[in-house]
Amino acid sequence: MPEKSAGALAAPKPEKKYPLPKISAPRVPRGTLYRGREGMWSWVLHRITGVAIFFFLLVHILDTSLVRVSPEAYNAVINTYKTPIMGLGETALVAAIGFHALNGLRIILIDFWSVGTKHQRLMFWIVIGLWIVLLIGFVPRQFMHIFGGA
Amino acid sequence: MSVTIETPRAPRTVRRPRRFNVEKWGWIYMRASGVVLVVLIFGHLFVNLVAGQGVKAIDFAFVGGKLSQPFWQIWDTLLLWLALIHGANGMRTIVNDYASNRLLRVIFKGALIASAVVLLVLGTLVIYTFDPCPAGASPADLASFCPVK
Ligand code: HEM
Repeated sequence: MPEKSAGALAAPKPEKKYPLPKISAPRVPRGTLYRGREGMWSWVLHRITGVAIFFFLLVHILDTSLVRVSPEAYNAVINTYKTPIMGLGETALVAAIGFHALNGLRIILIDFWSVGTKHQRLMFWIVIGLWIVLLIGFVPRQFMHIFGGA
Repeated sequence: MSVTIETPRAPRTVRRPRRFNVEKWGWIYMRASGVVLVVLIFGHLFVNLVAGQGVKAIDFAFVGGKLSQPFWQIWDTLLLWLALIHGANGMRTIVNDYASNRLLRVIFKGALIASAVVLLVLGTLVIYTFDPCPAGASPADLASFCPVK
């Protein structure tokens, strides 16, 4: 008697009358606006760059405040910013703020532009493109300043 | 024993709307300040890092030259207030997301508001009480417009 009920539960064999649609799970999840693809990674980068810039800003207000102490105090600290290591750090900071600013504008367009959500993925790659253009403009100039005599 | 069950179709008790919605205005502030910050920050970076000699040119005299002009005083004041409040409010969102313990949240947000208030006051005082030609400083450190003493 058990084999009878088990048989009743099994899926009925499809009749081969119509071609059945082939549905298979994509190998890479397609994701949504939030999960898995450009939408998520832009958020991750936005968050990391935001935190990094915030902590830099805390220090930057303090170092600039030294102008109120004395020219010597300010110059002593700002001179340590002119070393190659700090120059590289500054380059990373400009890269971070460049991404945060451009992607921030993308977030604003997603929120306020009627077709913003529809084009969010394309806008992410536009952000990356503009970011690369920004860095091509900035990095050589910065390296001239910190490594070269110019 | 009788059990009272709510009338299924009873209207929900309406929460009285708060007059000032912090989350809503925080959200609006992030976007409004962001647009202005793009201009302020890229201008700031261009003048300080790209134009002229870049970071190598920054010293007391350079800052003295900038902060003695009302234009840069206002620019830097806006930059200070908009960026620090934007950053602190963004950090508040992140604390809300990750700090699951109530006490930790209170500590982190307390630290955020304390550091933001202290730095806003300090930064604003520096911008408006700054003397580009302080007495007793070596003339070599000062901007060229300072009177020779
Ligand atoms: C350059 C101009 C900037 C633009 C256009 C911009 C834009 C934005 C936008 C639209 C958000 C999202 C807010 C939300 O999701 O509700 C955001 C978040 C944030 N921003 Fe900015 N921002 C800028 C500069 C800055 C600066 C200077 C700082 C640091 C002091 C900063 C720190 C943050 C932080 C910490 C967050 C929170 C990130 C998160 O919740 O994941 N931003 N920004």
